[in-house]
Amino acid sequence: MEKLSFRLTATRSAGGTRAQAMVGVVASGNLEVLLERSVPADTCTIDIATAAHGFDKVWDAVVRDFVARRSAGGLRISINDGGARPDTVALRLAQGVRKIEEPER
Amino acid sequence: MSDWGMQKAALGERLAAGRQHARGKVVPIPSLPAFLKAVIRSGDRVCLEGDNQKQADILATALANLDARDVHDLHMVQSGVVLPSHLHIFEKGIARRLDFSYSGPQSARIARMLFGGKIELGAVHTYLELFARYFIDLTPNVALIAAVSADKDGNLYTGPNTEDTPTVVEATSYKNGLVVAQVTEIVDKVPRVDIPGDLVHFVVEAGRPFYVEPLFTRDPAAITETQILTAMLAIKGIYAPYGVRRLNHGIGFNTAAIELLLPTYGEKLGLKGKVCTHFALNPHPTMIPAIESGWVEQIHCFGSEVGMEDYVAARSDIFFTGPDGSLRSNRAFCQTAGLYACDMFIGSTLQIDLEGHSSTVTTSRIAGFGGAPNMGSDPRGRRHPSEPWLKAGAEADPDSSAALRRGRKLVVQIGETFGDSNVPLFVEQLDALELARKLDLDLAPVMVYSDDVTHIVTEEGIANLLMCRSKEEREQAIRGVAGYTDIGRARDAKLVEQLRQRGVIRRPEDLGIDPLDADRRLLAARSIKDLMLASGGLYRPPSRFRNW
Repeated sequence: MEKLSFRLTATRSAGGTRAQAMVGVVASGNLEVLLERSVPADTCTIDIATAAHGFDKVWDAVVRDFVARRSAGGLRISINDGGARPDTVALRLAQGVRKIEEPER
Repeated sequence: MSDWGMQKAALGERLAAGRQHARGKVVPIPSLPAFLKAVIRSGDRVCLEGDNQKQADILATALANLDARDVHDLHMVQSGVVLPSHLHIFEKGIARRLDFSYSGPQSARIARMLFGGKIELGAVHTYLELFARYFIDLTPNVALIAAVSADKDGNLYTGPNTEDTPTVVEATSYKNGLVVAQVTEIVDKVPRVDIPGDLVHFVVEAGRPFYVEPLFTRDPAAITETQILTAMLAIKGIYAPYGVRRLNHGIGFNTAAIELLLPTYGEKLGLKGKVCTHFALNPHPTMIPAIESGWVEQIHCFGSEVGMEDYVAARSDIFFTGPDGSLRSNRAFCQTAGLYACDMFIGSTLQIDLEGHSSTVTTSRIAGFGGAPNMGSDPRGRRHPSEPWLKAGAEADPDSSAALRRGRKLVVQIGETFGDSNVPLFVEQLDALELARKLDLDLAPVMVYSDDVTHIVTEEGIANLLMCRSKEEREQAIRGVAGYTDIGRARDAKLVEQLRQRGVIRRPEDLGIDPLDADRRLLAARSIKDLMLASGGLYRPPSRFRNW
């Protein structure tokens, strides 16, 4: 298991009011993303636990693009990765910020 | 003075030799080996019927069982090199030279045999191109074909899988070649005459149907969320703005996802009746929900699809069917339709380079291309206008006079940035180039040339290559949708952002696509069983696709 941590400056803060949201599942080629609204609004932290070693450069690129493209400010994000491809990671992160914006039901 | 009529005389000799082993036109199965040895001459050009779907498998096995001391140096001209026996023929030295189109399941073995010098390769063609050559410089001396039934006069019923048969027979029989058909059974009267008996010299009663591969069946259960996202991008970012009504879909999960999103996502976007009304397409099971919900007006088919026979027969308002009720497919006509009468081709590939050339050939696999290079090309002979064609032409060349401006066919390559086993879709250089060097070919086997491709769609976005004005812009547009592959990560971020501002690159967020919609619940059918139910039980999936 490899662990990676990122603390990035976010220009746009996450919408909505939910305290947390979760998307995906831990499975081979998939990942679980937990988002919590618990850091300053101009910051996004991302902690990754991954089964696949040696992909830190790709993770770096994926999380930086994500924070630049989406409204991720104020979020502490924890990822449990089952060796997902980068496109799946990017999709789950995008789904996560959309889900935390959704009104509580 | 020349001695005219030599070909007729040669045919006469073959017929006489064949009749020694036949009763009338019928060759009994036990006599087949001796019959083939009698009618095929070393050095003959032989068309063994078989493409990506139907196979004259009994005749293929019989040909492969000949002794190379009796028959050798054949030149095989055939759509598909698909069955193991197709390559045994070369392994044993019965045939030497090969001109073909498609080799899906044999792609690795054919590559090994090419490198090993067992096969002399003419060229890898697109179907229509190979058919064309049957009439010019690759006319067969002997055609070994497949049909469902025959009468004693040789009239053939080919059933839903007519496919290449009329073309092969036309080229062979009218040029003094010999036509031999394997049929499931001999009947008193065929259900419909697909091939007139006077063009067919001998029939072999095989006692079982010819083999058909269910190549166009995609199990919705295997469609991923990334593929759904990519499909949404294609529908909202290409189908909708161009108003693409006449089109062809390639094989693959990306286009299967599009088919299954039409009744859900397409409906939500208000696109029913505005896109996807007319197809050059096989009867894809994944089209059932769209057909049943009234999206489609008409479909012409290259071939049939295993299990779809009853459904097609019950939907003659959509499909081309004969007086007997079954589908009439015709690969040559459908490829022509895909070339001239469709405004878009969309399909997947294995490798795309920085100019936009794409190929399914890799250094260890020569899969051939089938119909993709034909449908995935801009027909320069086209003269009729249509909205998508004119719009694409204007995007490519906005400054020229509209009345003199050619339109452009939309040629879309779609795929995830990483394919099977995490192999990147984007490469610095196509493997096809290395292969051409190793095999000393004049031409690298490219499936779709860069100057024909108009759009590349991945989960990261759409690159509209029509709107690129320089080689550099084109390269950055491709890098800009190449995701986290090495090619994608080496992009010039500033240039890519400029291209995005100009609408050359469009991302899901630019098109208002909600990532939460990239969910399997958006598929109109989520399993083969759903497809069967949507057809009212008319679709009968082959057993390998049944898991209930």
